[in-house]
Amino acid sequence: MQTFILTFVILFLTLIGFILGKRRSVKISNGGVNKLHSLPGYYGLYVAMWCSIPAVIFLALWLSFENSIITTLIVSDLPDEMKDLPPDRMSLIVNDIKNLAEGNIVSKEPDEALKKAALHYSRLKEVAYASLFTLIMIISTVFGIFTYRKIQSNFRARNKVEKIMEIILIASSTVAIFTTIGIVLSVLFESIRFFRQIPVFEFLLGLKWSPQMAIRPDQVGASGSFGIIPLVTGTMLISFIAMVVAVPIGLMSAIYMSEYASYRTRAIVKPLLEILAGIPTVVYGFFAALTVAPFIRDTGALVGLDVSSESALAAGLVMGVMIIPFVSSLSDDVINAVPQSMRDGSYAIGATQSETIIRVLLQAALPGIVGSVLLAVSRAIGETMIVVMAAGLTANLTGNPFEAVTTFTVQIVTLLIGDQEFDSPKTLAAFALGLILFIMTLCLNIVALYVVRKYREQYE
Amino acid sequence: MIKNRLKRRYLFEKIFRFMGLSAVVTALAMLAILFLTIISNGYSAFKQTYIRLTVTLDEEVIDPDGARNPDTLSSANYSGIVKKTLRKIFPDVKSRRDKRELYSLVSQGASFQLRDIIMDNPDIIGETVTIWVPADDDIDMLFKGYIKRSTPENERRVSDKKIAWIDVLLNEGAIKKRFNSTFFTSGDSREPELAGIYGALKGSIYTMIVTLLLSFPLGVATAVYLEEFAPVNRFTDIIEVNINNLAAVPSIVFGLLGLTIFLSFFGLPRSAPVVGGLVLTLMTLPTVIIASRAALKSVPPSIREAALGVGASKMQSVLHHVLPLAMPGMLTGTIIGMARALGETAPLLMIGMVAFIVDIPKGFFDPSTVLPVQIYLWADSPERAFLERTSATIIVLLAFLIIMNALAVVLRKKFERRW
Amino acid sequence: MNPNFDDIGETIGAPLLENGSAKINCNDVNVFYDDKHAIRKVSVDIGKNEVTAFIGPSGCGKSTFLRCINRMNDTITSCRVTGEVNIDNINIYNNELDVVLLRARVGMVFQKPNPFPKSIYENVAYGPKIHGLAQNKAELDEIVYTSLEKAGLLEEVKDRINQPGTGLSGGQQQRLCIARAIAVHPEVILMDEPCSALDPIATAKIEELIDELKQNYTIIIVTHSMQQAARVSQRTAFFHLGYLVECDDTKRIFTTPDHKLTQDYITGRYG
Repeated sequence: MQTFILTFVILFLTLIGFILGKRRSVKISNGGVNKLHSLPGYYGLYVAMWCSIPAVIFLALWLSFENSIITTLIVSDLPDEMKDLPPDRMSLIVNDIKNLAEGNIVSKEPDEALKKAALHYSRLKEVAYASLFTLIMIISTVFGIFTYRKIQSNFRARNKVEKIMEIILIASSTVAIFTTIGIVLSVLFESIRFFRQIPVFEFLLGLKWSPQMAIRPDQVGASGSFGIIPLVTGTMLISFIAMVVAVPIGLMSAIYMSEYASYRTRAIVKPLLEILAGIPTVVYGFFAALTVAPFIRDTGALVGLDVSSESALAAGLVMGVMIIPFVSSLSDDVINAVPQSMRDGSYAIGATQSETIIRVLLQAALPGIVGSVLLAVSRAIGETMIVVMAAGLTANLTGNPFEAVTTFTVQIVTLLIGDQEFDSPKTLAAFALGLILFIMTLCLNIVALYVVRKYREQYE
Repeated sequence: MIKNRLKRRYLFEKIFRFMGLSAVVTALAMLAILFLTIISNGYSAFKQTYIRLTVTLDEEVIDPDGARNPDTLSSANYSGIVKKTLRKIFPDVKSRRDKRELYSLVSQGASFQLRDIIMDNPDIIGETVTIWVPADDDIDMLFKGYIKRSTPENERRVSDKKIAWIDVLLNEGAIKKRFNSTFFTSGDSREPELAGIYGALKGSIYTMIVTLLLSFPLGVATAVYLEEFAPVNRFTDIIEVNINNLAAVPSIVFGLLGLTIFLSFFGLPRSAPVVGGLVLTLMTLPTVIIASRAALKSVPPSIREAALGVGASKMQSVLHHVLPLAMPGMLTGTIIGMARALGETAPLLMIGMVAFIVDIPKGFFDPSTVLPVQIYLWADSPERAFLERTSATIIVLLAFLIIMNALAVVLRKKFERRW
Repeated sequence: MNPNFDDIGETIGAPLLENGSAKINCNDVNVFYDDKHAIRKVSVDIGKNEVTAFIGPSGCGKSTFLRCINRMNDTITSCRVTGEVNIDNINIYNNELDVVLLRARVGMVFQKPNPFPKSIYENVAYGPKIHGLAQNKAELDEIVYTSLEKAGLLEEVKDRINQPGTGLSGGQQQRLCIARAIAVHPEVILMDEPCSALDPIATAKIEELIDELKQNYTIIIVTHSMQQAARVSQRTAFFHLGYLVECDDTKRIFTTPDHKLTQDYITGRYG
């Protein structure tokens, strides 16, 4: 609510800045607007931009840090015995304080210290809001007045405005870079903390994965084992099954759609296949767990096979179905990029359609198709919901598709959902897995994108 | 010589063609099976079994001092009233165990429903009213045929006794299936018959608003910069590679980013739509950028040259001419990106939107969940009634997605321009 | 001066050959693209072992007509052909005829050189392989080398026969395409403006090649260059707006054309 009021205030000041700036430029021109360097609107915009942009940046910065600063302040004012609590207990207390201050239901009867802290919290909040409000008013007005006074008939308002806009555009495009940096930093730091407790080699080469850490130090099996080899094989097994399903079906349907299907068939079937691509992965996961896994288990039982109800086969099959449209639309692009003259050349010698497709089109499109398949593998490795819902949790080191295996993504989700112990290797392991996952997919993506790009250039 | 081989070649041609066709048919069959499974499992959740109770709103029980004090009214023993009503229908149920079983015919929600009626209108205290209350989920399942009467009693979740009572009610017309409005108006619950998707739906809407407000302007601005202004240099190259790569980063990694950066570093609240929106923004941004760039590319250079030719600045030529022409394509890309974000689950699990949340979120900072996460949560529940509700939620979600995609297609068709 | 369109109708000159020396006989051929009538009632004979040139302004239908002769128009779904095209007195548009066999007999060279993205050797070997013309590697080698030789390319490429065909120069690529067409031993070679993407020296080489090839093959060439038509062809057919306006010995067409349109086109008044 407060943020809305502040936004409104800034908008209001901006509007005033625009009107005043525009009016002043008209006044300065003495009725001859064409004597001005730019149209009056640009002068207004110039003032308006300076009224709003610094204030908005300030507001954003303030809001991003307000919460953690206030939390630090109230924590430092808590009694000493509470300060030393582990971080997870501490966050519960902080939550209680905030709830108390906002008049919500609290998990337990508040004691004196909490009540005091809550009072402190609300006071801090009020002070923070008041100062934020004042500061924003000041910033907006000061910048507004300063730029307002700069307006003269030869002032190049349009160029300035356009410069600012270009800077905004550049700033927007750096978001992608910051996202990548953010991803790398967020997984890297926690991973380093993890590797301080578990050696890298044990992590990368260990054959056993059971991250159950002891709650009490004297408990049996206190040390979990963190060897990712079973996860690697599990991920590979499921991805492989998915590829076995997706690549032939995806590729063949792309070929059929682009070379054989009539215009009308294409018009109907293509959107249907796109629906397959648009179905959320959680739906596929539900489908795998509800329908496919029991079906495979029962079929297996009929022929005397012992199939786990969380078999790799079920997850892999459904993942394959999910990836079919991905493979087929990428292959479609690639096949269509092969120029018509190649087809003509082949038909003119008397090749049949299938000969042309296999010996000329596919061969020409091979690099592009390889690139698409790599991208599809990368997707299979990173796919989460299907395996979380349909694959198992136990890390079996096996290549048998009828057994349950687990994957990177499954483990990340199980380690991070539920009660988290901060700083325990169990929680940190999730980030180390995230790091490996990121690196694996990054390599695949870079190679794939490079291959596809090279392929494209060939026909451009 | 050529003729001799021809037969074999045509046979291969036929086989190849057939393989292509069967690939397409397989893919379509999968789609059909998926939809059939979901719909056949889910359609029944839009109806719910209700039991008619004729309740005497005894002033003695509800408001003994007659002051109509809201606190007294809200804490009165409504479940006692419901139980009494049930005992009145079946007076010959005597033993304690039988009574407990009798009470479990109706949902625990019955007493809340009663309370809400009284709180809305305290004047009816003392009167006798007829209300329809939701039946317990087991009864609902029995009624919908998911629990079979033919199953032996010890394997069945509903005892023979209960079935007998239900038959009595059925004869009186006091039990029937009605439209399940609870499903659309309430939040999550441990009781399937009281659980609804309204909370998740609102959470999804809040999250999508944040995503849209951030990803559209950012995506368009980035696309405009890269396509129209950016010089060809290392910096631009890095941005391009970055964007293409981000489009293929697993979504769960974005969840890890959200967990460490937005929750731990900036201290934003857990489970809040604003954080979900931020994470999904970063995830959809590449889609929006790539689509927007394609839209800008399809505007022929002659338009830019024409604008520059009459003395417009570069920025004016872009803002006045190129951008409006590229806008439909950009909107299409954004809608498709939003549809993907709406169905996304994994990164939201990481930022705590997976909690069991009963309250309907009232703003961007309230704890909430979203539709796909609700599906994930319910899919894990053992009750048969949740299975049905999961499928129903999927139907709702898919309906939204199909509407969004159809919108994108219509937009594309309507504004498609061949230069 | 605008050419007068009203008097086009019956083809004048000598479209039909006497004494049955025709390899191809086209009888009342019409081509439609959806509703567009692209070729109108064209009847013409193509002589055996000689070069026939199709000339005419852009969009007159000469390429369309050329593509009727090996049924390349089949690949365009909206295209419909009526009438008869007889090769050795067999109508290629009859239902029993096999397109694959037809195209093995009637090769084609395109406007833009279109070698496959394979090695030079594989490019030439492609046709013989799919048609099963060679029993073993030695026979295949034989076919490939002879074809390259006939196309006048062998000398230039024999050291790099396993390198990609796309790495050759434009003129070499086009001769590679000719070699590729020759490799399946066709009887007729259709050439659709084979030199339009080439420089004058490469063009001269191709023209020389065409002159040699006509001893063994019946060649039809579509060209935009009247000089080229005059240099390489024995007979010339002039198309306009889908009609075959005039067809006769090349010499006669270029010296004393009967139709005013032909004359105007040849003297460069339009086109």
